[in-house]
Amino acid sequence: MTDVPEGKPDPLLRIADLAIDYRTGRRRWTPAVRGAGLQVDPGEFVSLVGESGSGKTTLVQGALGLLPPVARIRAGSIAYSGVDVTDWNDQRMARVRGNYVGFIPQDPNTSLNPVKKIGQQVIEAVRFNAPEARTAAQHREAALESLRTAGLGDAERVFHQYAHELSGGMKQRALIAIALAGEPKIIVADEPTSALDVTVQKVILDHLVRLRVELGIGILLITHDLGVALDRSDRILVMQDGRIVEEGPVRQVLENTTHDYTRRLLDAAPARQAGRLEPASGPRTVPTGSPPVLRARALTKSYHLRGGRGRQRQLRALDGADLVVRRGTTHAIVGESGAGKSTLASILVQFTAADSGTVHIGDRKLTGLGRGQLRESRRDLQFVFQNPFTSLDPRFTVGKLVAEPLRAFKLATGKQERAARVVELLRAVALDESHLHRLPSELSGGQRQRVAIARALALNPGILVLDEAVSALDVSVQAQILQLLVDLQAEFGLSYVFVTHDLGVVRLIADDVTVMRGGVVVETGPVEEVLRSPRHEYTRELLEAVPGAGFTGSGASEGERVGTLIARQA
Amino acid sequence: MTVEPDTLAAPALSGSARPGSGRASLRRLGELAQQPVLVASWITVLVVIGWAVAPRLFTSYSPYNGDSAASFAPPSAEHWFGTDRLGRDLFARTVYGAHTTLTATLLAVLIAFGIGTVVGLIAGFSGGIVDIAVMRLVDVFLAIPSLLLAMVVVSVLGYSTQNIALAVGISSIASFARVMRAEVLTVVNQDYVKAAYGLGGGRPAVLLRHVVPNSLNSVIALAALEVGTAVLAVASLGFLGYGAPPPQPEWGLLVAEGRDYVATHPWPSIMPGLLLALVVVATHRISTSYRKEHRR
Amino acid sequence: MLRYLALKVGRALFVVWAAFTLTFVLLFVLPANPVDLLFDPAELNTVTSEVREQAAESYGFNKPVLLQYLGRLGHALTGDFGNSVQSGRSVTATILDVLPSTFVLASGALLLALLIAFAIALIATSTRRAWVRNLVEALPSGAVSVPVFLSGILMLQVFSFQLGWFPAFGDRGAKSLVLPVITLAIPVSGPIAQLLVRSFATEFRSGYVTTSWAKGATRGVIVVRDVFRNASLPALTIAGITFGNLIAGSVITETVFARQGIGRMTQAAINTLDVPLVQGVVVLAAASFAVINLIVDLIYPLLDPRLRATLTVGSPRAA
Repeated sequence: MTDVPEGKPDPLLRIADLAIDYRTGRRRWTPAVRGAGLQVDPGEFVSLVGESGSGKTTLVQGALGLLPPVARIRAGSIAYSGVDVTDWNDQRMARVRGNYVGFIPQDPNTSLNPVKKIGQQVIEAVRFNAPEARTAAQHREAALESLRTAGLGDAERVFHQYAHELSGGMKQRALIAIALAGEPKIIVADEPTSALDVTVQKVILDHLVRLRVELGIGILLITHDLGVALDRSDRILVMQDGRIVEEGPVRQVLENTTHDYTRRLLDAAPARQAGRLEPASGPRTVPTGSPPVLRARALTKSYHLRGGRGRQRQLRALDGADLVVRRGTTHAIVGESGAGKSTLASILVQFTAADSGTVHIGDRKLTGLGRGQLRESRRDLQFVFQNPFTSLDPRFTVGKLVAEPLRAFKLATGKQERAARVVELLRAVALDESHLHRLPSELSGGQRQRVAIARALALNPGILVLDEAVSALDVSVQAQILQLLVDLQAEFGLSYVFVTHDLGVVRLIADDVTVMRGGVVVETGPVEEVLRSPRHEYTRELLEAVPGAGFTGSGASEGERVGTLIARQA
Repeated sequence: MTVEPDTLAAPALSGSARPGSGRASLRRLGELAQQPVLVASWITVLVVIGWAVAPRLFTSYSPYNGDSAASFAPPSAEHWFGTDRLGRDLFARTVYGAHTTLTATLLAVLIAFGIGTVVGLIAGFSGGIVDIAVMRLVDVFLAIPSLLLAMVVVSVLGYSTQNIALAVGISSIASFARVMRAEVLTVVNQDYVKAAYGLGGGRPAVLLRHVVPNSLNSVIALAALEVGTAVLAVASLGFLGYGAPPPQPEWGLLVAEGRDYVATHPWPSIMPGLLLALVVVATHRISTSYRKEHRR
Repeated sequence: MLRYLALKVGRALFVVWAAFTLTFVLLFVLPANPVDLLFDPAELNTVTSEVREQAAESYGFNKPVLLQYLGRLGHALTGDFGNSVQSGRSVTATILDVLPSTFVLASGALLLALLIAFAIALIATSTRRAWVRNLVEALPSGAVSVPVFLSGILMLQVFSFQLGWFPAFGDRGAKSLVLPVITLAIPVSGPIAQLLVRSFATEFRSGYVTTSWAKGATRGVIVVRDVFRNASLPALTIAGITFGNLIAGSVITETVFARQGIGRMTQAAINTLDVPLVQGVVVLAAASFAVINLIVDLIYPLLDPRLRATLTVGSPRAA
């Protein structure tokens, strides 16, 4: 694009003091990025870490010239190889995008055109960026080559497929192929794996690292997951409130954390914790030999797939799953998407009826109960949903939400008595009276999940089933909620069934763990045992894929881990 | 010119902050002031409702007796909409016509809304065979163009404005039922409804406390839109001559009466017609803003 | 696939049958004395009871309702809806006489409406100027708000009486078709344009468009090559509503422009309570609606590879 000056070449991308505002009113602008700067050198892998709302995505959109119309660049500059593109219009930026900078989007499931074949979409990327006119056959060959480089071995077949015929990981590879098709010098990846399973995430990220080495391109990875960043980057930038608060090589950031926020992030990362969280009230006595409180035997559930030509097919969501939860302990169920873990949780509380098998609470059989008896059993068995944005009725105030189970069971009937109980419950989850009259839309994600937990506790249940209850939350909020759950368990002697896809979280909260895959229980046992010496190959695979696993206090030393990484790249 | 809503709201906030009370409505007023078109729409609708309720307050002319010397007077300060062949003041006839047209519209929307919502709720909430049966029936009503259906119903019931209202109402039941059912199905599958069952709520309690209130938003938006459609349908049937007989003033009929002289004197047709269009545009604008505000 | 086909065809047949039954109940059963409907209301008092009975017999009104129903249904299956009360000619022949005229009007209007709707959606999506977009997006709402009879009269006033460009009335030649087609196209274009504007905007914000930007595509390329096809598909889903609007609009358009056609014939049939003719028209409308929706149901999967897949492989069905 420009003459490279002698000596040190210009960085591939340099963002300096960039400030981006969003329009929030007629003449009102709210800053999203406040003077952030970064640079990526050739062959460098840089990660930008931040929680939701930190402005990291806006920063990247700004760099690519893809800001929505309601946003504006107020100050600062963006330069690719020393060429300032800050004020370039769409037409000129189109020549930079694809050609000079490739982009890998967040959600592979929505980022491919559903009605065009993959090959066509890659060919477009080749054609837009080919400076000299080439023949259709050459375009096609280049597209296939790009698909192969992206790690799709069966490129010929993928070429003729539609997006919906591919798995999530393959879609993301197709998108990487599109990003590579213009032969860019730098690739920007915005949370490229947050919609994918951990094992797939590992493969995709490892591939990016390899591409960096093979093609000598620079990579800028945007992620919310500090573990992901630690594993692969040369340098890390931490972003908070629109500012870069920490910057440096991985080891420097780990060893000499300068900013308080980075330290908090590091501490909150599940992978960084050595063992189970202790309740605030003091170390807990681990219940040994406590009786089973919830038992599930040989649960099976199939869904019918209505097939073409009148055929009936079945999808086995759950295939003979067993589960035993001991009183006063936490039993985690882990697995990737399609493992059947949510189906299992849903059957435990009888939102879904099993095809066969039984669920017992204590001595009471839950499966096959009538609606009335089932309702009675709800007092002892409560459920917390994954997404606190959908599990609370948007029209109810916090007070009304928490009081709902009391109303349903006609408990604490006096007006004052009920109000007192609601406040008591809110206090238990570290909220207070000031939240009573708020609507869910006026609360943060963490606060909503607290409300959902308070509501679940209203009936004094013995067992709480939590379905991915912290997955939708930022790491720091996630850590707070996990601590809350541990404290509540110590206070009320609760038993938890904790469904999650994140093995890191399991270490923090669970006593027992059950690993599932494809509707089948792969392995079950005490956490220490399963995580330290997994018996099943799949469990091992899962453990290895946990991002940042190498940086735990108890695991391999940082030096070793970084060393092996470097060795592998060489 | 516009008041900053936040500064106004601040004192209310520091007190016992209850959403939906003074603070929220003040903010809403502030937002409204930033949307002149929406304000104009509300004013249009309110004025026309005023005509329907108390026409005498808005015009001193009689809608029936004209000054035959002043036939086909063009619009002027004296006769805002001009006069017709018999010298009757067209503005007065339009103002009085609002009563006929709007009552019929309101009745039609109420019929469609009331029956359609209940039918959709039953279908969506019961599911199974009830749902299938109801929806196939709805299919049939949707298959017959609503104006055609309304014409047939009026022909069976007899020509009058009330029957027009009934006919227009019946012919739009199906669309309300369909929207309500779709909405109920969405809400029933929401986590918070599952949660309500999980917390020990019975079916009637869950239905009344969660499903109905959360399903109604879209249907209310549709009702606002349907007011516009129903005004058009009522006026169209009036125009075709199925409504009130002359000399009664009704908007569609007014346009029809002026139609024969449109080559030489266009205003007797055009003025009431334009007003009708204005009212429909206004209801559309209101409906759109309602939908935007309640979208989650 | 076969099952899907059978299901859709079955539904279409059901709709037509139900429309027939509904109109039978409305027109032949509900009126207290259907025989009265056979005579001009003004002359009703002068008709002798003998004549009445004769008429009742010739139309089968003296038979039990169920027999009447089965008889009419049986004939209807062979395309025979009886004879028009007014003209005495067969209903089918009467309808076929005026059908071509309405068909020409309606298809012309539909074509124009589609052009208008796509133009609005394309301009609204392609423009970078907010005021142009706001202006263009306000048009569809205006188009559905202006009553057809008003726009018709305005057209006549301006283009026939003032400018004299087009004939005011009648149905001779292509020139007489221009104003009615425009008049009918305006309200029909409204809902289509509203839907297209919305779905173009949604698609324009979707993930794959971001991918295209990142590939280095320009705005024009994205709108034409990526957004257009995905955003146009939903327009098919309101084909039925569009059809209803065309019918309703043609009733009034034909009245305003004094054109011959189904719409005006229907109006006349209702005015004179020509019961068999009205039933014929309603069943015809329902049948056309059912056929249109059937076609949409059948071609939609061909245009959308995702649906095609669910039809041939099977879709998960939650309990």
